[in-house]
Amino acid sequence: MTETNLKKLSYELRRDVVQMIINGKGGHIGGDMSVIDALVVLYFHEMGVTPATFGKPGQDHFVMSKGHSVEALYAVLAKKGFFSREKVLAEFSQFGSPFIGHPNNKLPGIEMNSGALGHGLPVAVGMAIGERMNGTKSRTYVVMGDGEQAEGSVWEGAMAAANYHLDNLCAVLDRNTLQISGDTENVMALLDINKKWESFGWHVIDVADGNDHGQLISAFGEARLVKGKPSILILHTVKGKGSKVMENKAAWHHHLPTLDEYKAIMDDLEKAEKEA
Amino acid sequence: MGKNVANKVMINTVLMEAAKNDRDVVVLCSDSRGSASATPFAEAFPGQFVEVGIAEQDLVGIAAGLARVGKKAFPMSPACFLTTRSYEQCKVDVAYSHTNVKLIGISGGVSYGALGMSHHSAQDIAAMSAIPGMRVYLPSDCHQTRCLMEALLRDQEPAYVRVGRNAVDPVYTEEDCPFEMDRATVICEGTDVCLVACGEMVLYAKGAAEILKGKGVSASVIDMYCVKPFDEETVAALAAKARVVISVEEHSPYGGLGSRVAQVVGERCPRPVITMALPDAPVVTGTSKEVFAHYGLTAEGIAERALKALA
Repeated sequence: MTETNLKKLSYELRRDVVQMIINGKGGHIGGDMSVIDALVVLYFHEMGVTPATFGKPGQDHFVMSKGHSVEALYAVLAKKGFFSREKVLAEFSQFGSPFIGHPNNKLPGIEMNSGALGHGLPVAVGMAIGERMNGTKSRTYVVMGDGEQAEGSVWEGAMAAANYHLDNLCAVLDRNTLQISGDTENVMALLDINKKWESFGWHVIDVADGNDHGQLISAFGEARLVKGKPSILILHTVKGKGSKVMENKAAWHHHLPTLDEYKAIMDDLEKAEKEA
Repeated sequence: MGKNVANKVMINTVLMEAAKNDRDVVVLCSDSRGSASATPFAEAFPGQFVEVGIAEQDLVGIAAGLARVGKKAFPMSPACFLTTRSYEQCKVDVAYSHTNVKLIGISGGVSYGALGMSHHSAQDIAAMSAIPGMRVYLPSDCHQTRCLMEALLRDQEPAYVRVGRNAVDPVYTEEDCPFEMDRATVICEGTDVCLVACGEMVLYAKGAAEILKGKGVSASVIDMYCVKPFDEETVAALAAKARVVISVEEHSPYGGLGSRVAQVVGERCPRPVITMALPDAPVVTGTSKEVFAHYGLTAEGIAERALKALA
């Protein structure tokens, strides 16, 4: 898929996310919007995962550690053919639905349950060690949030990944600078997060615009070439990306748009898709 | 093999036997290979051993990831840390994600003696049993531990196994160790008192039954190594024959074996249930045996309690 098509797809899927959240009467809309470009590049360019290959030996692995952005993952997995788009839009968060507010592996396309933050990286480390033991060329990807960096278990996983020289592991940090209580630097300062990861023995790739598909493609490509250490992409993204109504607003971490907001957001997203 | 083999040693013996023919058997430690008696495994199978350092959350998360890619993961760490520091990983990454991880809690209960409450695991049965999908096992001796580990190697489900630090006198023999997975082992049947025990307390319950027999009191002894899934049928059947039921465990009185026994007896054949357990307090300083003796968790203590209850 071309870079332009990936971009258009991201805006199309953003509309699905908004519709899902409207139908389900709530969701983590801000982080969905910041991370969805990375998910689209992962699933439609970088990883070899398809419904036909999912669960087969040697496949690539994906862990959504910032599990609250599940709406973005659902939109991507539906587009990828793991389950019906209509079904997830209609059933998200409804009584008895399999489409709950965090990833669960009873659904096709999802390997690990998440929701409690700080779990994804250690799990991904285990997958990467295991695939090395299995002698496969599989790569493991894990997406974390920036507020999540305050969890101690993230750094336990970071130490282990470097200790075991896991060059088959690629972490992605959605650095949108906002968490539910406000700016990350005011809640629990990350300071120079790149240096922290470097000092833990990781190859750090700073992606100036983490919502730019071209930059994402080349960053994932660079990570593939790194030998002897794990890589992390620090994506400088915009929380609520796609509409001025919600961009860079911490209050949109979890928010149900009003009818007026909904209309404005959908107009902005359609416009952005056309202009892509 | 000598008669007094620590359960943790047996766990590693069984895993080493399995690892010879199964490259998917993986042991993980958190700077705990020595205390887990896993050093021989680590040396014999370096490609199937993962050291994570002193990081128990990482230990369980990595084990879950390994399991997801087809490994049979056996993280081994002191029960106190494995079940409380890593509790959320046990809940989410193992049980909820349904990964083939067998959590091995070593030096459980008050095994660490004088090291204090930070190193005691007197709430692990309660904590782990409350997680949906998590099975909880406390084998009573090395022979039963072998049977249990061989069964666990054959299934794909999450489980927690708690064993003590020390080699203890066996309850069974190599030749005579009746074992059915997830069914309690009935050591003897009686009509006055029904003793239900798990882990190291089984030996004392068996000893109590012998003392009681000498005094003309007939006792059942149930080895409830499978605390979850709990063998309700066996407890209900033998409790119904007795006047009094006594549970014995190396655990807090809250949410352990005694709670489950009381629930089942209360529902199915109501009669007095006495819970013998550690106190709801930091335990007295001492070795395991000294601590047990202090709280009456001995053959004599159990027999005495039974006689008092029957009087």
